[in-house]
Amino acid sequence: MTNKHSIIQTIELCKIYGKGDAQVQALSGVNLTIEENEFVAIMGPSGSGKSTMMNILGCLDRPTSGKYTLAGEDVSSLDKTQLAIIRNQRIGFIFQSYNLLPQTSALDNVLLPMFYNRNNHRSESEYREIALAALHAVGLGDRVDHKPQELSGGQMQRVAIARALVNQPVLILADEPTGNLDSRSGAEIMQLLRQLHHQGSTIVMVTHDHEIATYAQRAIHFRDGMIETDHQNGQFTPLASKKDTQNAVE
Amino acid sequence: MRLNKVVQIAWKGLSKNKMRSLLTMLGVIIGVAAVIIMISISAGTEKTIEEQITGLGSNLIFISQNFSRGGFGPGGGGGSGQSGGLVFDDAQAIADQVDGISGVVVDQNSSQTIKYGTVSLDDVAILGTTPDFPTVRDMTIASGRYFSQAEVDRTQKVAVLGNSLAQELFEEQTPVGQVVTVGNTKLTIIGVFEEKGLVGNADYDMWLYTPISVVFQKFTPSMMARVMGDRVRMIYVKVDEQHNMEDVILQIELLLAKRHNVSLDEPDFSITTQQDIIKTREATTEAFRNLLAWVAAVSLIVGGIGIMNIMLVSVTERTREIGVRQAVGASPSDIRWQFLTEALLLSLVGGVIGVLAGVGGAWLFGMVGGMRTVIVPESILLAFSSAAAVGVFFGYYPANKAAQLDPIQALRHE
Repeated sequence: MTNKHSIIQTIELCKIYGKGDAQVQALSGVNLTIEENEFVAIMGPSGSGKSTMMNILGCLDRPTSGKYTLAGEDVSSLDKTQLAIIRNQRIGFIFQSYNLLPQTSALDNVLLPMFYNRNNHRSESEYREIALAALHAVGLGDRVDHKPQELSGGQMQRVAIARALVNQPVLILADEPTGNLDSRSGAEIMQLLRQLHHQGSTIVMVTHDHEIATYAQRAIHFRDGMIETDHQNGQFTPLASKKDTQNAVE
Repeated sequence: MRLNKVVQIAWKGLSKNKMRSLLTMLGVIIGVAAVIIMISISAGTEKTIEEQITGLGSNLIFISQNFSRGGFGPGGGGGSGQSGGLVFDDAQAIADQVDGISGVVVDQNSSQTIKYGTVSLDDVAILGTTPDFPTVRDMTIASGRYFSQAEVDRTQKVAVLGNSLAQELFEEQTPVGQVVTVGNTKLTIIGVFEEKGLVGNADYDMWLYTPISVVFQKFTPSMMARVMGDRVRMIYVKVDEQHNMEDVILQIELLLAKRHNVSLDEPDFSITTQQDIIKTREATTEAFRNLLAWVAAVSLIVGGIGIMNIMLVSVTERTREIGVRQAVGASPSDIRWQFLTEALLLSLVGGVIGVLAGVGGAWLFGMVGGMRTVIVPESILLAFSSAAAVGVFFGYYPANKAAQLDPIQALRHE
C-alpha cells in the first residue's frame, strides 16, 4: 500500500534506451519517495540520469520496468492519452527555456492547460478569472496581454509558473528554472517557488546550481542512473550532518 | 477541448501565416471554382440543346434515305431495282396504312432567290412540305393559314413565310395576299408563321414553305428531277402517343421494306427518333461532363497535396509548440484535431472563396464570354463537400504525424 501522504513513490525504476549493443541504461533501479509538501532538488552531472528521472516523474516518458506511483495512482503503464491527462491535472511544469507559446498573450498561455482539462467544465469567463488570478499571484497582473517577446526572462518564467499552477497540480516539476536567468531574476523566481512551497505545494526541481539547490529542503544526487546521496538541507532538518549540508552548498 | 476553442486555435495558427495560407488554399480555390464554372457551362449547353430538341416537336420519327445503299451516287442515278430511296408515295402509304400516327410530312428543299417589289433575297431556303407540317413540327400560324391537301394535290402556287422572312420582304405591309417571285415562279402568300427561333442550326423563321408538289415541279433541277422523280428528302412522322413509338417504327419498317423490296437487314432507309437524337447529344454532353469531372478532381487532388505539404511543414515548424501543448496536457487526439481542423479550415475557406470565384466566373463567362451558363446549386454543394473531403483526407496524415510526436523530443526541438 502506498502511503497516502506520498506524492511520489518509485520502486526499482529502470529506463533503458536503445537496443542490443547500443543499449544505454539511464536509470537502474531507483527507489524514491517524496512526501506531500516537500521541496526537493535533484542534482547530478550530465548523463547521471536526472533528466530521465524528471521525464518519468513528469509522465512525459514511461519506465522500462519498475513502478511509479503518483499521488496514490500507479502511472507506470498508462498509455499516451492517460499520461496526457495526468500531466494536465496532476503536474505543473516549469522549464529552463520557459516554453511559452510565441505570439500568444500571457493570459492565453496561462489559459492553455485549462482548455485541455477534461474535468473542468467552467465557463470561459471563469477560466479567465482563474488565469488572471494566477498571473496576479506571480506579480504579473499588469502584463496579462503582453506576448512573450515583450516580456523579460524573469517575467516569462513567472508566466510559466502561473501556467503550471492553474490546474492545481499535486506536483510542480521545475527543470533548471533559473538556468536562463540572471542571478537577480533567478533569486526572485526561487523566492516565488519557496513561497509556493510554504503554501503547501510539492516541488521537485532539477538544477546544476548548488546555490539554487539550497532553496530546497532536500537534495538528491544522481550518478550513473542511481541515487548517490539523498539528504535534507541544513536549515530545514537539524538532524542532517554538517558535511551533507556542506556538500549541498558547494 | 471545446469545438469553438479548437477552431479558434486553428484559425490563429493559420492567420499567423496569412500569405502562406492563401497560397495553400489557391489549389482548392481553383479546383472548386473550376467545378462550378464547368458545371454551369455544361448545364447551359445542355439547356440550349434541350430547348432545341423541344423546338423540333415531340414524338417525331425521321425517315431518311440510307445512303450506304441505293440512293444516288455520283456515278449512277437511282439504286438497284425499285430501291430508289424515299418517294412521295411512301409517305402517302405510311399515312394510309400505319396506325398510331397523327401526321406525316415530307419535305424536299431547294434554295432560290425571292423578289418582292424592290427587295431581293438570295439563297432563301424553300421547303416543300405537306399540310401536316405545322402540327408535326409544332409551328403556329400567326396570320393567314397553312395550305391544304387539295392545294398540294393541285400543285397550287401558294406559300407560307417564316416570321423573319416576312418582315424582311414586307416590312410594315401585310404579307398575306401578296405575290412574291421565287426563282421564276410567282407564289401567293397565304400565311405567316409565328416566330420559332433557332432550332439547331436551322433558322425556321427565314424559310419559305410551299406545297411539296410545287417544289417537285418548279424548283428541283430538271436533270435531277428526271432521275429522282418525286423523291423526297425526308419523311417526318408524328406519333400520337409516346408509348406507340416502337410499334409505329416497326410498322413503317415493314411497310417500307415491302414497298422497296429490300430485306430489313439491309434497308435502303433509316429511321431515327427524337430519342435517338437526344441520346446522341446526351452522350456528347456526358463525355464533356466526364472530362470536366476529371479536371476538377485533378485540381482538387493537387490542392489537397498542397495542403498536405504545407501542413507537414507546419508540423515541423511547430514541433516545439506541439511539445508545450503535450506537456500541459494535450492528448494525441487533441493535437490531431488541432491540425486536422487547420487543414479543414484551409480547404473550407478555400472552398468558400472558390464558390464565390466560381459563381462570379460563371457569370462572367455568361456576360463576356458569350457562353450560356446556368449555376447548378448542387454543383456548389458538390464542390464544397469535395473541398472538405480533400481537407480531411490530406490533412489526416500530417495531423496524425503531429499527434504521434514524442513530447520529450518535441520539447527539445529548436
